[in-house]
Amino acid sequence: MSLKHKTAIVGAWEHPTRFAPDKSAFQIVAESLHGALDDAGLTMKDIDGISSSGMTGGMGIISLCDYLNIEPSFIDSTSVGGASFVFHVAHAAAAVNAGLCNVCAVVFGSTVASRPVSFGGAGGADPCDQYEVPFGPTTVGSYAMVAQRHMHDYGTTPEQLAEIAVTMRLHASMNPVAKYRNPITIEDVLASRVISSPLHLLDCCIISDGGGAIIVTSEERARDLRKKPVYLLGAAETARHTSSGHRDFLETAAFQTGKLAFERAGVTHKDVDLAMIYDSFTITVLVTLENLGFCKRGEGGAFVEGGRLRFDGALPINTDGGGLSSCHPMMRGMFLLIEATKQLRSECGPRQVKNCRTALVNGTGGALGQRHSGATLILSDQ
Amino acid sequence: MADAPKKYSKPLPPIDEESRPYWEALQRHELYIQKCRDCGELRYHPRAQCTACLSPRTEWVRCSGRGKVYTFTITNQNNAAGFRESLPYVMAYVQLDEGVKMLTNLVDCAPEQVKIEMPVEVVYEDVTPEVTLAKFRPAR
Repeated sequence: MSLKHKTAIVGAWEHPTRFAPDKSAFQIVAESLHGALDDAGLTMKDIDGISSSGMTGGMGIISLCDYLNIEPSFIDSTSVGGASFVFHVAHAAAAVNAGLCNVCAVVFGSTVASRPVSFGGAGGADPCDQYEVPFGPTTVGSYAMVAQRHMHDYGTTPEQLAEIAVTMRLHASMNPVAKYRNPITIEDVLASRVISSPLHLLDCCIISDGGGAIIVTSEERARDLRKKPVYLLGAAETARHTSSGHRDFLETAAFQTGKLAFERAGVTHKDVDLAMIYDSFTITVLVTLENLGFCKRGEGGAFVEGGRLRFDGALPINTDGGGLSSCHPMMRGMFLLIEATKQLRSECGPRQVKNCRTALVNGTGGALGQRHSGATLILSDQ
Repeated sequence: MADAPKKYSKPLPPIDEESRPYWEALQRHELYIQKCRDCGELRYHPRAQCTACLSPRTEWVRCSGRGKVYTFTITNQNNAAGFRESLPYVMAYVQLDEGVKMLTNLVDCAPEQVKIEMPVEVVYEDVTPEVTLAKFRPAR
């Protein structure tokens, strides 16, 4: 059984806020849902599925149902870090296709910038934590260790990583709601302080408030809605972890999910006009592109050079400015999906990718060098 | 009058019944990993059954305590208690001679001297009366 072309994204709305001390995260969700429903030409009465993560701990999804006053027939609170929303869209598509619901809203809101939380010290009581928390792991450090190994094995340079940040800032300069819009240079990235070697401040995603919503329904239902449907062609998800001590750190979840998503979608790398790649850190983009098979392992450094990833380059990525410059409220998956949808509908103005027909979305959640989740979707305007 | 002993403020490992032998061995300054008695698979982190075949028949294998730096990062920013006072510190994965990779800190070495593939050896840090951590230093 295949999910190919059975479902579509019919509504997408990104909350323009990047700093919202006057709003709650739930309010940002409600405003985003309103925006996405309006985009689709649907109303609250049409929603019978809800997916979210990161709103509050534990059973926050029930609180969200309460806040929105909905009694859905499908609920998904898969919580696998910032990639969660990419998982949610795949699950929503499967649920719609299986008849568990008809119209599913995937939603997110966060006020992490205006009401900061501190994390990266203590840690939970999962079995793995006792072997890690005594040594001071941080999120940046976990990704930095992958970068360090990549540089050692393949001679990847700080300049090559920096070019990814420079490209994201260029894209942000064309996005009126991006948080940081002043262009930067490779020298600026290298001159910013080292947070966790070899990653500099400007190799790291920003912290913003934000939110958004995506509406998923059947291909049939999508036909007579307000906007041109964006079809889901293929999806895959998995996790990578310490592998009982035997992990190959440069193989990420994208290795497995990319291959499977391409197979399921029946498209190849050449067909991809836009890739939305979770840029928690510059290294995340580089190793994800390798693992997805856009270039060979070890060749990511050269691959990202020379403007290839620009909106007008051979493989445009993160045309909204990414988590590095536009929006990263702790979790970014939602914004990958919204920008892909808008690009496939040719709604992106000066940063529009020409003839954007097929987009790949890849989310990485968690800590790359310890445990991370990954999901890949292939979306198409036809 | 002697200075009051400094309180250890970094997080302590939430030790459980599955892992207790590992931590008790560290208290004796011995480093152990596990091996499946049925399929021979080595594993770290410790757990009650083999991750290859789920056999509960487990052998504890004493390690040489020697290995090489697989990867590392010099941490310059961490606001968590205990670590903010220790900046910069080196977090690393060490690949033991026995094969498994272990998250740890590299100590007794200037951070800028650390290199991938550098030979290292275990050093036992008794951080509280109940907890000893396995850290690594350049091999002597």
